[in-house]
Amino acid sequence: MRIVIIDDSGLRATVLDEGLREAGYDDIHIVPPHGAFVARLERMAPDVVLMDLGSPSRDTLEEMLSVSRALARPIAMFVDQSDEAMIGAAIDAGVSAYVVDGLRKERVKPVLELAVRRFNAFARIQAELDEARTALSDRKVIDRAKSILMNQRSLSEQEAYALLRSSAMNQGKKIVDVAQALITASDLLGGGL
Amino acid sequence: MTTHLKIAFLALNDAAVLVAAHECGFAEAEGLSLELIRTTSWATLRDRLVFGQVHAAQMLAPLALAVTLGLSQQPAALAAPYKLGVNGNMLVMATDFAKALDQDLPARLADPLGTAHDFAAAIGLWRRKPVIGVVHRFSSHALMLRYWLASAGIDPDRDVVLRVLPPSLTVEALGAGEIDGFIAGEPWGSAAVEAGLAEAVAIGERIWRRGVEKVLAFREAWLEENPDTTDRLLRALAQAAAWCDDPENHTALADLLSDPRYVDQPADLIRRALSGQIVARPGEPAIANPDFVLFSREATPFPWRSQALWIYSQLVRWGMVERDGASAAKAGSVFRPDIYRRALADSDVPMPGASMKVEGAVTTPLSVGSRQRELTLGPDRFFDGRVFDPERIDDYLADFAPQR
Repeated sequence: MRIVIIDDSGLRATVLDEGLREAGYDDIHIVPPHGAFVARLERMAPDVVLMDLGSPSRDTLEEMLSVSRALARPIAMFVDQSDEAMIGAAIDAGVSAYVVDGLRKERVKPVLELAVRRFNAFARIQAELDEARTALSDRKVIDRAKSILMNQRSLSEQEAYALLRSSAMNQGKKIVDVAQALITASDLLGGGL
Repeated sequence: MTTHLKIAFLALNDAAVLVAAHECGFAEAEGLSLELIRTTSWATLRDRLVFGQVHAAQMLAPLALAVTLGLSQQPAALAAPYKLGVNGNMLVMATDFAKALDQDLPARLADPLGTAHDFAAAIGLWRRKPVIGVVHRFSSHALMLRYWLASAGIDPDRDVVLRVLPPSLTVEALGAGEIDGFIAGEPWGSAAVEAGLAEAVAIGERIWRRGVEKVLAFREAWLEENPDTTDRLLRALAQAAAWCDDPENHTALADLLSDPRYVDQPADLIRRALSGQIVARPGEPAIANPDFVLFSREATPFPWRSQALWIYSQLVRWGMVERDGASAAKAGSVFRPDIYRRALADSDVPMPGASMKVEGAVTTPLSVGSRQRELTLGPDRFFDGRVFDPERIDDYLADFAPQR
């Protein structure tokens, strides 16, 4: 069974590709949805096409599937078309699949289920990465605000942090927001670092 | 008790009525809380609706017919009791291509027939078959573009390449030279002009002066099982639509739509299209098209069955569906004026007495029979002067020159 993954997120495609290989599928190709991707796909003649449901290129792909003479009319398919909860899971995970008409459902189902699990795994990794990235940038903002306070009010680092924290608590805001406001104000007043 | 409804939409100005219903309290007043779910492709919006992941969706009217007729993936009986807007599209072409067209911009936009012939000549001068982006094969824009091109003898399947791409990628694709122009709902045409990449070539409103655009589509079964919720939603939308139409609210509406959760484009760009101020070339004064997009007046939301049948006639014309009595009946019944009447019977919304009319026959504002308040229909001409009689689809189709 030839499976093509259309994706421009390197990481998500890799996560899915690995999962499929572990499950014993070995005819897997990754195609980013740019330029002449439609022509590449036609040459590959896949049995199953997997794509991120959130990709804006789905309409382009469907148009190609409906006019292509080379491909045997793949149809959009969710894991179990008759089970609303399963469709919901696929949509929530962001999996859309096109399956060549006539391919037996039992053969496709494990691929789709695996895709749902892998897309969910990717979403978790992505969320953790985003969180780490936000934490890092929050850290930088707070550090900068601290050094402004240390310079302008001759405070120690602990005192500067304590001041930020108590201001945040008094205003019912997050420390990073108070720190950002302080930096902005300092920049405006020309006293920034 | 508040009823929670999920409605899918795309980032376009004509999500306006849904956004206003949600943000300005019209839904709340009817005991509804709306969850507006933005999708990035028509395919995903369709799947969410067809597979019951949303209750309703802002859908291209031809796509609602196509899904019902089994032309677009999983077939499902859809029902459209409410039109979310009329017109609002623009065809823009790359600046270089537009050099071969009338340089008098107001004249270019006011005379679609002349411009279509200029366009035919420009095709020959262009370095390749022009590639024109359309948002979907079953979009109102694509059907209008085909209609317009064919009027000048251009075969849209042979003389140009129609490439499907989502509205949000149009400007980028134009910049990258992947397409030579595109037709889409606002604010995307204006965004391409603003970016200095393109000029306005034709306006949907000048092709068919009251062209059907998006509808609110439901699964027919859900609609039948939830009459009370449906009626409340339609009443909320009718109030929201009147608010959206009022020029006094255009600035506030543009601000709402510009939010990252909705259209996520500059408010000024959105407001221009809402007010029908069309900038055809960067730096040029705006050209006024007061009917550029309509939400409420002239009973805009009323789903005339004849309009569904006009769309059907175009699907037949371009070989997208077989012409037979059963498919015509199925297509016509996607539009549900009966539901609209039921929902808005006790409101002050003007209510047409009929469910079908001859499309394209009104040349000057016309007062028509209405059970509530006076109803004036605006001019609804097609630019080529043809009229569509829904009782005589075959005659109408026979009158178009065979394409090949």
